[in-house]
Amino acid sequence: MGEKAVFDIHDITKVYRTGDVAVHALRGASARLYEGEISVMLGPSGSGKSTFLNILGGLDKATSGQVLFDGIDITEATDGQLTSFRRRNVGFVFQFYNLIPSLTARENVALVTEISTDPMKPEDALEIVGLGERINHFPAQLSGGEQQRVAIARAIAKNPRILLCDEPTGALDSKTGRLVLDALIDINTKLGTTTAIITHNAVIRKLAHRVFYFADGAIIRDEENSARLTVAELDW
Amino acid sequence: MRALDKKLIRDLKRLWAQGLAVALVLACGVATLILAIGSYRSLDGTRAAYYERYKFASIFATATRAPRTLTSQIKNLPGVLSVEARIMENVLLDIPGLAAPASGLLLSIPDHAQPRLNRPFLRSGRMPDPDRKNEALISEAFAKANGFATGSRFSGIANGKQVTFSVSGIALSPEFIYALGPGELVPDDRRFGIIWMREKTLEGVSDLDDAFNSVSVALLPQTTPAQTISGLDKLLQPYGGTGAYTRKDQISHAFLDSELKQLQAMARVIPPIFLLVSAFLINMILSRLITLEREQIGLLKALGYSSYNIASHYVKLVVAIAVVGVLIGFGAGTWLGNGLTRIYATFFHFPFLIFERNPDVYIIAAGLSIAAAIAGALKAVYSAASLPPATAMQPAPPTRYARAGITSRIAGKLFSQLSIMAFRHMVRWPLRTGFTVFGTSMAVALLITALFSFGSVNFMIDTVFFRTDRQDATITFANQLPPRSLHDVSGLPGVYFVEPFRTMAVDMERGSLSERVSIIGKLQSPRLSRILDLDLTPVTLAAQGLILSERLAEKLKVRSGDLVRIKLLEEGNAVVEVPVVQIIQAYIGLTAYMNLSYMDRLSRIGPRRSGAYLELDSGQLHPLYKAIKTTPLATSIAIQSESLQLFRDTIERNIVTMTTVYVVLAVIIAFGVVYNSARIQLSERARELASLRVLGFTQREVAQVLIVELGVAMLLAQPVGWALGSGFSWLVVQGFQSDLFRVPFVIERSAFGWSSLVVMIAAIFSGLIVVSRVYRLDLIRVLKTRE
Repeated sequence: MGEKAVFDIHDITKVYRTGDVAVHALRGASARLYEGEISVMLGPSGSGKSTFLNILGGLDKATSGQVLFDGIDITEATDGQLTSFRRRNVGFVFQFYNLIPSLTARENVALVTEISTDPMKPEDALEIVGLGERINHFPAQLSGGEQQRVAIARAIAKNPRILLCDEPTGALDSKTGRLVLDALIDINTKLGTTTAIITHNAVIRKLAHRVFYFADGAIIRDEENSARLTVAELDW
Repeated sequence: MRALDKKLIRDLKRLWAQGLAVALVLACGVATLILAIGSYRSLDGTRAAYYERYKFASIFATATRAPRTLTSQIKNLPGVLSVEARIMENVLLDIPGLAAPASGLLLSIPDHAQPRLNRPFLRSGRMPDPDRKNEALISEAFAKANGFATGSRFSGIANGKQVTFSVSGIALSPEFIYALGPGELVPDDRRFGIIWMREKTLEGVSDLDDAFNSVSVALLPQTTPAQTISGLDKLLQPYGGTGAYTRKDQISHAFLDSELKQLQAMARVIPPIFLLVSAFLINMILSRLITLEREQIGLLKALGYSSYNIASHYVKLVVAIAVVGVLIGFGAGTWLGNGLTRIYATFFHFPFLIFERNPDVYIIAAGLSIAAAIAGALKAVYSAASLPPATAMQPAPPTRYARAGITSRIAGKLFSQLSIMAFRHMVRWPLRTGFTVFGTSMAVALLITALFSFGSVNFMIDTVFFRTDRQDATITFANQLPPRSLHDVSGLPGVYFVEPFRTMAVDMERGSLSERVSIIGKLQSPRLSRILDLDLTPVTLAAQGLILSERLAEKLKVRSGDLVRIKLLEEGNAVVEVPVVQIIQAYIGLTAYMNLSYMDRLSRIGPRRSGAYLELDSGQLHPLYKAIKTTPLATSIAIQSESLQLFRDTIERNIVTMTTVYVVLAVIIAFGVVYNSARIQLSERARELASLRVLGFTQREVAQVLIVELGVAMLLAQPVGWALGSGFSWLVVQGFQSDLFRVPFVIERSAFGWSSLVVMIAAIFSGLIVVSRVYRLDLIRVLKTRE
């Protein structure tokens, strides 16, 4: 795939302090994410995947180390700069969908398109994830898989440079999970959006261009996947 | 519409009950502010316009008989714009169909012109014809109360002469917006009226040909009255002048002033209470909402919304609630304000009403309310805006509770685990518990402030009518008479006992302080009209010296034993020095007393009597009234039982109206505070309570957790409310203090009881609404929801 690194991450650490206790969530992780690629982050819970992703997405700041986005260091960015970084470049998908319960599917997507510079129409984004028919439903009226697809539509509607997905299938059964993964692969193929997916589920790595293995707050290994499978070929 | 704004509207729909509760509390603040300021301005504006258009004078003076030629000299005094000299005469009236004699004030108007000052406003009919001797204008309230119209006739005795009045017109006067009859505490429109007649007629009645006994002066703009007054006093002194006074001492003006002062006090005390409580409520609701929406806030930030976007989202929510409150308040305030102004119009006599509807009051009220709401929201909004997105996305850590050492062990034995849950929750959120207690106590306090006045009035009535002035009637002579005329009074039908009194107009001075008052001379040990000391024990009047009311003593800064200078205004300003021998309690006027025989000795004209207190045979009232109406002796007779009735009616009518308003306000506060605090508790603990249900607790037991917490807060609120209420009441009493009236600070126990009862009922009612939700808890759904 592309040779250009969207993210260049050098030796980042993250220490949380609660009272007298210091928790080392990341102990020096380095990685490169390339333009147009799907990367999968694998590892047990507590291995630092989510913290890593949060730092990439500008939700959190590294305690030390360096994160370059398109060659620009975002490690020292202010809250305001991080906000506009997220607004312009990042689409998030979370395990528990995190839809606003009082807004319909279309409105949840519009929440993002309204503050973006060159967004799709919310209807088009929902069409991409196969929810064109359910745009006026509230989250409570949608199944888990449908809610997650609304969340994906919301993430891609702004045409983000990068799509960050934290356990996007974690709360779903395998059938629904496949639908969601289909949507993510489809977007990557059609739009070429650089995508990072955190998962427990090792099978999913077979869809990725690149896989990062996490343990104890560090990336212990990364590998390129030359024989990618399609969602249908996955042995879930 | 933007998606975030749609969320806002749906949030508002979901929170409508809580939002409305807050909006109503805010509305009370807005309404009371508009009510007080609006009424103040309407009353003040109406009075000012009335004064200006009908030439209300600035300085007033009386004499016994001054020649007309003196007016040109008065005109030449410094600062004088115009002068109106007239004849003023008291008249005892015989009103057809009214057994008791009424009294009136006769005033002259120039024969062929409008008076230059204090012009009557002609409501109907026409000015008296100078050639028809009996024609008179009468005051509107008096005409209405007695059913008089143009052409009605009645008669009276003035200056010992029988006079017949034929009504040519009905009028009002800026001088008598508040018309108080002699010896009365509250206006009695049936038994006191103003009568205007042509100068020529009154000269004959009063034997004042080419002379006057009353003068009014208007001042040039920007002049102080002091110089004019001393000049006027000098001119009138040889003619029995009793000293000029300004509007401040003019009874009608002074009463209106004290009313205006009360409105101002109301604007300062009441609205802030509501604004404060609403700010607290908003803080409570919003903090909870933000806790619940923690993850949504995190998400919005993750999506690229800035802290400013988040903050303004919640501020908009608060402003929307505030706007609803402001609009309700505008409506209620305008409606109540018009109502109050109309009540004023019946109590005070104005020919027209100017409703001041200046938008600035509304702008100020709206601004203050929205500011209070935003102030209440600030902390919660700040915490929402500053939530770091990564943290916000995770569920909030479990609340830390603490055992309270030894007390916890004792509590464990005394209370069930469920009650202990409730207590710990209260202790864990001291600020919120504090708000709930404080808010509820405000409702209690507001009610006490409204209800205490019943106690004060009862106490005042008991003191004034049953302990101090125990006479059945007070008769006031037309002129001061020698003591032997009391025999004529004793000879009246049904009179058991006569107790004389004498009044003496004086300037009482101490150093640079001076007050114009009337000293009342009484018998050494009066039996009917007594004087009570500060402990309410009857006083025996010392052979010498002055007894002063507390208020007068304070104004002159004198204590018992000090000497004061007394200038006898009716006796050529002769000056005597008199010691103050006692300070006593008095609720009405600036009062001073001395022994009657001592007063007679001080006076150069010797013993005189101004009237007498009477003990009567109640079966003989009609013959007595008849005799008084035909004897040229008295200008008025005040019947104590009628005064009392009138006093009660007037005061209680006003208090009942006010109390109703206050009860509504207090119920709104109590409801708003308790409902919101219970809803928030329920929302915080739904999971906990559902877990209890799953563990096998009954609905009733689970509800107990909420009820115990609310109950404890309610109990704590009562003493706090009593204390605050006593404080507010004391402030109100201070606000009421004037030279005319003083309200005793007495709170009956029942006021505390009723206040607590009303608030408790409102609290129980609103609590039950919330508790009923415990019965409908959807266990599965609540437990599945991630907090």
